[in-house]
Amino acid sequence: MIFFIVFLVLLMLAGAIAACVFKDLINAVISLAFVSLIASILFYFLQAADVAMAEVSIGTALVTAIFVIAIRRTKRYEE
Amino acid sequence: MRKLISIFLLSVMGFGIVITLQNIPFGADKARVSDYYVNKGVKETGAVNIVTAVVVNYRGFDTLGEIAVLFTGAIGLGAVLFGGKKPREKKPEPASLILRTGCKLLFPVILLFGIYVFTHGHLTPGGGFQGGAIIASAFLLIYLGGREMKFNKTAAKVTESFSGLIFVIMGLLGLTSGGYFLLNFLPKGTANTLFSAGIIPIIYIVIGLKVGSELAGIIENLIED
Repeated sequence: MIFFIVFLVLLMLAGAIAACVFKDLINAVISLAFVSLIASILFYFLQAADVAMAEVSIGTALVTAIFVIAIRRTKRYEE
Repeated sequence: MRKLISIFLLSVMGFGIVITLQNIPFGADKARVSDYYVNKGVKETGAVNIVTAVVVNYRGFDTLGEIAVLFTGAIGLGAVLFGGKKPREKKPEPASLILRTGCKLLFPVILLFGIYVFTHGHLTPGGGFQGGAIIASAFLLIYLGGREMKFNKTAAKVTESFSGLIFVIMGLLGLTSGGYFLLNFLPKGTANTLFSAGIIPIIYIVIGLKVGSELAGIIENLIED
């Protein structure tokens, strides 16, 4: 069990670093949603099911959508 | 020179933080109030989900403040985006048949799940905020897959205003029935049943409708602009 959680945390770190490094902003937003998804799984393992539900619906769905809409208005690639 | 000063200030700050943290035993239970909630929460409020008991009953006034913050955010977004609306040059491409059909089929199911989450807030994990966000994501799905259904702005505004009004009225009713703001004046009923916990389900339904219509309005504002 503890190995699984460590694995999740490492994945989350990788996603967070990827969100900073990517030049394609859509990819960065998707990595951010991935980080949020793993955060919600970790919340569930910490027995905070209420927070996990809020995180998965707001952090993964709505925030990603708002970012994608914002990127569509501006430029997709970072110089 | 500037670097030296900033390093000095940082080390002073770090020293202060270390000194402060050393006085707190790591992982020790310092807050006595949580014991009170866990032991007496179900009996006092009738809600099996202790988180809901705290959010709606013990800290109901803070929840009213949170709702007000969300409302202010939605209004601010509307004010920023107001006036900049240009007529769209080209019509958006229609989505594929699979996406459109999937969205149409999934929309009522997601809506029903959102409603379930906020009506059962006092029994199972979840509540008004989570249910509202799920409802907003259902509307987001409609926007992704074609726009055959029109989003009724007036209905959303009316729902939002009325739910806020009902929240405050429930609080004031508690005040007039000889107690304090948001007093749980209705009978508690038996725990673990749907119709229990007094005003908690009513308030959570109202919060769910308000948050759902507000977030859906935000999405609508952003996409249509």
